[in-house]
Amino acid sequence: MMELGRPNLEEFASTLVDLAQENRDLIVVTGDSRGSGKLWPFAKAYPDQIVEIGIAEQNLVGISAGLASTGKRVFAVSPASFLTTRALEQIKNDVAYSDNPVKLVGISAGVSYGALGSTHHSLHDFAALRAINNLDIVAPADNFETREAIKASVSHPRPIYLRFGKKPLHHLHTPDTQFQIGEALTIKAGDDITFVAIGEPVGRALMAAQILEEEGISCRVISMHSLRPFDHATLLDAAHHSRAMVTIEEHSIFGGLGEASAAILLQHGIRLPFKIIGIPDEYTVTGSQFEIFDHYGINATALANTARQLLQAEPVK
Amino acid sequence: MPKMTENELKRKSIEYRKTILKIIHHCGAGHTGGSLSCIDILNVLYNAVMNVSPANFEQPDRDRYIQSKGHSVEALYTVLADKGFYPQEALYTLNTYQSHFIGHPTRKVPGIEQNTGALGHGLSIAVGMALASKMDGRSYRVFTLLGDGELTEGSSWEASMTAAHYQLDNLVVIVDRNKLQITGPTEDVIALEPLASKFEAFGFAVRACNGNDIDDLLQTLKAVPFVTGKPNLVIANTIKGKGVSFIENQVNWHHHVPTDDELAQALRELDQVQQTLEVVR
Ligand SMILES: Cc1ncc(C[n+]2csc(CCOP(=O)(O)OP(=O)(O)O)c2C)c(N)n1
Ligand SMILES: [Mg+2]
Repeated sequence: MMELGRPNLEEFASTLVDLAQENRDLIVVTGDSRGSGKLWPFAKAYPDQIVEIGIAEQNLVGISAGLASTGKRVFAVSPASFLTTRALEQIKNDVAYSDNPVKLVGISAGVSYGALGSTHHSLHDFAALRAINNLDIVAPADNFETREAIKASVSHPRPIYLRFGKKPLHHLHTPDTQFQIGEALTIKAGDDITFVAIGEPVGRALMAAQILEEEGISCRVISMHSLRPFDHATLLDAAHHSRAMVTIEEHSIFGGLGEASAAILLQHGIRLPFKIIGIPDEYTVTGSQFEIFDHYGINATALANTARQLLQAEPVK
Repeated sequence: MPKMTENELKRKSIEYRKTILKIIHHCGAGHTGGSLSCIDILNVLYNAVMNVSPANFEQPDRDRYIQSKGHSVEALYTVLADKGFYPQEALYTLNTYQSHFIGHPTRKVPGIEQNTGALGHGLSIAVGMALASKMDGRSYRVFTLLGDGELTEGSSWEASMTAAHYQLDNLVVIVDRNKLQITGPTEDVIALEPLASKFEAFGFAVRACNGNDIDDLLQTLKAVPFVTGKPNLVIANTIKGKGVSFIENQVNWHHHVPTDDELAQALRELDQVQQTLEVVR
């Protein structure tokens, strides 16, 4: 059984506290979101390095762009939904287009807010931001990936969007793992089926793999933590060595990891049984994050079923 | 609409407060402080001011209510149940798997005009509805409730300019001025004052009232339009968590859920007030 870590939010907040010590240029910008972002300890330790904007996400991103333009290392923190929907034009123009390397931090992402409903879910952010030039996108899958992504982002030369949820996640990596933005991490090798996942569902893919391995089905599990830049090589290698592939994301099935992967495979002439698992095109069911995951087949049992069905399907001609 | 006495309205406010606390406790999530601060406003609107009920909800001439501070949905769901839009029991499905009663207003729930929850949307929608009322020569009015912390969303001010420009005196904007948001006091987060003169400068006819006082709310809200040709702005001075001693003015009660003991204590306090109202009757 995998060991449970702490919520990525806490990992993020405590990483920032560590980094701010040696980096007095590191500024956190919040919009009535320091509580949601677990940033009270940061605010107490570094009151001069946090700027409160109030509930005003457009203003928050615009001001962050201005701060970053002077060389400050700016983390703009707000719930993923409001940050990437409300302030989309500021992200596109003031951050990405004007090349101000703001670190946009979308907290409580995906369906973390559960029954608070669609206004609070971010199931569109990968799709919207993937289409914006000059903006990297990283969604870490455990505490290690979160810490490494935050650390790497401080001196990252380009604007970047970091996205994670608020539930504790299982540790997925061995201590010797090396993390780099844009380089996928293969957590498990195997050659019957590949699970390519991003963010919180990676742990669930790994559990599905454990079920299937007991049945003699060999599984590869990849954490595609960077949606941009996308690690083509790791995806293509997996496709060459698998009989089928399942992508999993806490996002709409439109415009995210699944469609990005499909486009790459097709344009390399690769066809294999392939399934995109995510939130389908409907009014999302009411429930907690985990009830929503279960409802849409984002759990170990359901993913194992999906994999079996793909492997039994007629081979693609 | 059968006229309700002020005493009846006051007793309703107590009942509503008890229901709000019970459903939040039952479902394990909710926005307690903001629901308790605005419940008297909703009570007066739905029971004494607005022309809206299950009977006329499909009619184009009904008054409309948009709750821009959507997170205080427990207050709205409670009042709509009392108005007969759905049975009381439905309230206890709040936030549960496959229920329509999610943690922000949704049109899947009967009586809800618009889906809200992301702050800073309600006023623009309300302006659109009030504008349509004028265009079509109709008599319905549009009421919208905003949080005070919410006012930092720039869209509120864009909508305000439009409301004044089109002389929407059929628009009634109520600010739940409880002086707190999630991080702390509004004046410490991003100062709003002087609030009345800001809205006046944006072209509103502004009145302040005690937003937890039924009599004051009745007088104020029945007086609209305050000035012909100007949109109405009511600064409803309220107490966040109003009605329960240990919830009042406590910033952490923004979305704190009462424990069993806290619920029992709160219900006791509310019962005591209710008894004094029974005597007056
Ligand atoms: C666009 C947007 N940003 C952030 C939030 C998160 N949020 C929910 S309630 C709230 C505080 C609201 O404070 P206020 O308007 O004063 O409401 P009240 O005190 O009446 O509860 C915040 C920041 C949101 N719902 N929508
Ligand atoms: Mg407030």
